[in-house]
Amino acid sequence: MAQLKSQKLDRYLFSNCGIYCPSSKKNIKGNILIIDGIIEDLNFNGDASNYNVVECKEKIICPSFLDLRCHFSEPGFEDTESLNSGAKAAIAGGYSQVCMLPNTYPVLDSLDNIESLYYRAKDLIIDILPIGSITKGLNGIELSEIGLMAKSGIVAISDAHKMVENSQILRNAIEYSGMFGIPVINHPENMDLKNSGIAHESLFSTEKGIPSIPSIAETVAIYRDLEIANYVNGKIHIPHVSCSESVKLISRYKDMGLDVTAEVTPHHLGLTQFKLGEFDARYKISPPLRSEEDRLALVDALKTGVIDCISSDHFPHKIEDKESDLINSKSGVIGLESAFSYSYKILSESGFSIEQVIDLFAVNSRKIINVPLNMIEKGSKADFILIDPNIDWTFEPSNIFSKSKNSALIGEKMKGKIEAVAFKNKIHIIE
Amino acid sequence: MSSLSVKHLFGLQNIPKNDINNILDTAFKFREVLDRPIKKVPSLKGKNILNLFFENSTRTKMSFELAAKRLSADVMNFSSNTSSLKKGESFKDTIQNLHSMKVDCIVIRHSSPGSCVNLTNYMDATIINGGDGFHEHPTQALLDMMSIKEKFGKIKGLEIGIVGDILHSRVARSNIYGLVTMGAKVTVCGPANLIPKNISDLGVEVCYDLDSLIEKVDAVNILRIQRERMGIGIVPSTREYRQLFGVNQNRLKKINQDLVVLHPGPINRGVEISSDIADGENSIILDQVLNGVAVRMSVLFLLLGGNQ
Repeated sequence: MAQLKSQKLDRYLFSNCGIYCPSSKKNIKGNILIIDGIIEDLNFNGDASNYNVVECKEKIICPSFLDLRCHFSEPGFEDTESLNSGAKAAIAGGYSQVCMLPNTYPVLDSLDNIESLYYRAKDLIIDILPIGSITKGLNGIELSEIGLMAKSGIVAISDAHKMVENSQILRNAIEYSGMFGIPVINHPENMDLKNSGIAHESLFSTEKGIPSIPSIAETVAIYRDLEIANYVNGKIHIPHVSCSESVKLISRYKDMGLDVTAEVTPHHLGLTQFKLGEFDARYKISPPLRSEEDRLALVDALKTGVIDCISSDHFPHKIEDKESDLINSKSGVIGLESAFSYSYKILSESGFSIEQVIDLFAVNSRKIINVPLNMIEKGSKADFILIDPNIDWTFEPSNIFSKSKNSALIGEKMKGKIEAVAFKNKIHIIE
Repeated sequence: MSSLSVKHLFGLQNIPKNDINNILDTAFKFREVLDRPIKKVPSLKGKNILNLFFENSTRTKMSFELAAKRLSADVMNFSSNTSSLKKGESFKDTIQNLHSMKVDCIVIRHSSPGSCVNLTNYMDATIINGGDGFHEHPTQALLDMMSIKEKFGKIKGLEIGIVGDILHSRVARSNIYGLVTMGAKVTVCGPANLIPKNISDLGVEVCYDLDSLIEKVDAVNILRIQRERMGIGIVPSTREYRQLFGVNQNRLKKINQDLVVLHPGPINRGVEISSDIADGENSIILDQVLNGVAVRMSVLFLLLGGNQ
């Protein structure tokens, strides 16, 4: 089993490393010396014998990642994922900051619930950045205390995996949240067109008799949201884009100057509908895995910048909720531990450099919610990760730190491995 | 153990022609057994067969039960309505408990597509799909093909129509796979919103006009239209469905008096099929029921490696 070895980050020397600096887009060689969590020197050449030396030859040090959308289950469903287990999963994936969706119990829909979450999260090894709900109890009807939550630090509003179907409520939410400069993230899936579907609507779903979800379930929803946002000049972020037609829509509105951003998940970048060929509920995901053509369009959209970043959409479910039949199993997969290595594997095949992939995880996700990127420079707090870009490996259940094991990527090939995370005056080695 | 190229029968997609021929030939032999005064053979003596029905069924469940009994197998019946599933026991726990009882073969019907495939995660018994969601119902299609072959002496080259709600029909899918493999020309006919968009890629033609279908086909398999789909935004009304897609004596008289009519049952008299057709000379519906027992005997026999 993989383990986190965590120690105080004092008197550490990361020697012979390549440091990737996203702001200058440069790679520099260095020996990073850290005393009590602070970077003392980027090019230390003195006597190493007094320090804990981490040999970093041919490895990369870069800023840690921020995950824009992640379902943790505390409070309320701690047997599925606790903040603590989720934090370990995040660290294993190179994340120091995770934006947590509000579908907890109680829902993150009020100042009190946000403050309670901060209290629970204060000693975690990562930062939790809460996403408040758009509506109370995710009911789709009454607005949550968006203003009070915004003032206490929520980074966005979203009804998590539920779409706000009422267009007037969505309009209100976009206009209202605009006062606080936070984006609205609305799950884009027209429920009428989804119609209890499971698989992407195609010849494959017809062959297999799996109730299907057409691409228009997504495009109709995205089009409405874009139109509303455009009309009120608001700020929205489109989560987990899954099909090529959605990419075209987003591109059109970006060209028009709308403040819209978008993301894709690693599983939609790498997997297609055919994974459901054996009716395995591990691949039951909302939105569904779609066609190869869609998958390639998503990869291309990352290249052109139409899609801004990659989010894990980490959604833990208990074994018993995933091992039943296809109809009765829940939708969603975990992904924090595998997100970067799988994305790098897929994107490197389409010509992406590792630095470009790092930007998608560390830089672009932060830009969307205006969270500053910590610089790797003398005098700053040590907040970075160590990646070995040359390791090709296979994702196994033993690589999972989450309490839930519902990964769609078990058995998939990975490229590059997160070896360590330095954050909050600690070094976490992933073994 | 299996005399077919597969260990389980999940569906007819990708089942080779040889297997289908083997099943049908064996079924015709068992059909002779069913015409004898003593209708029982000892072929599967000592084998346990479990009918695991998570959905309601009359025909299929009794047909499988009778088939197993005719082969001298021991049969157990499970019905989700009266089981511990009602007490909250999970699908997996139910299956694992039943598996612990060491059955040789499970016939499963379930509302979820692929549930028969999911079973293989928990047990090594031979599995026969008795209908899984909208996916497949292979023994129904096999008995339909047997009935067609009995009537026409062949399947290859025949024009067969399938009429009704194709989208939600496992019977349609299995029939399409089987008939296309056997060389029949298949046309599906029904309301456009109940025919999957890309079905022609399965090698079938699509037609929305019942009269023109009846004119060109040798036999028509009429699917049951679920009453619960009427008047809720899927089909406007029973009256309209009957007018557009109901098979009745007037239509046949005018267009194709020799048309052979099949229906997998249960039938909605006066909706997709009129009583005079269901009970008349064109219908081979009751032959289908008898052939169903023979086909299921054949499938059980071939998969479980019974002795001649």
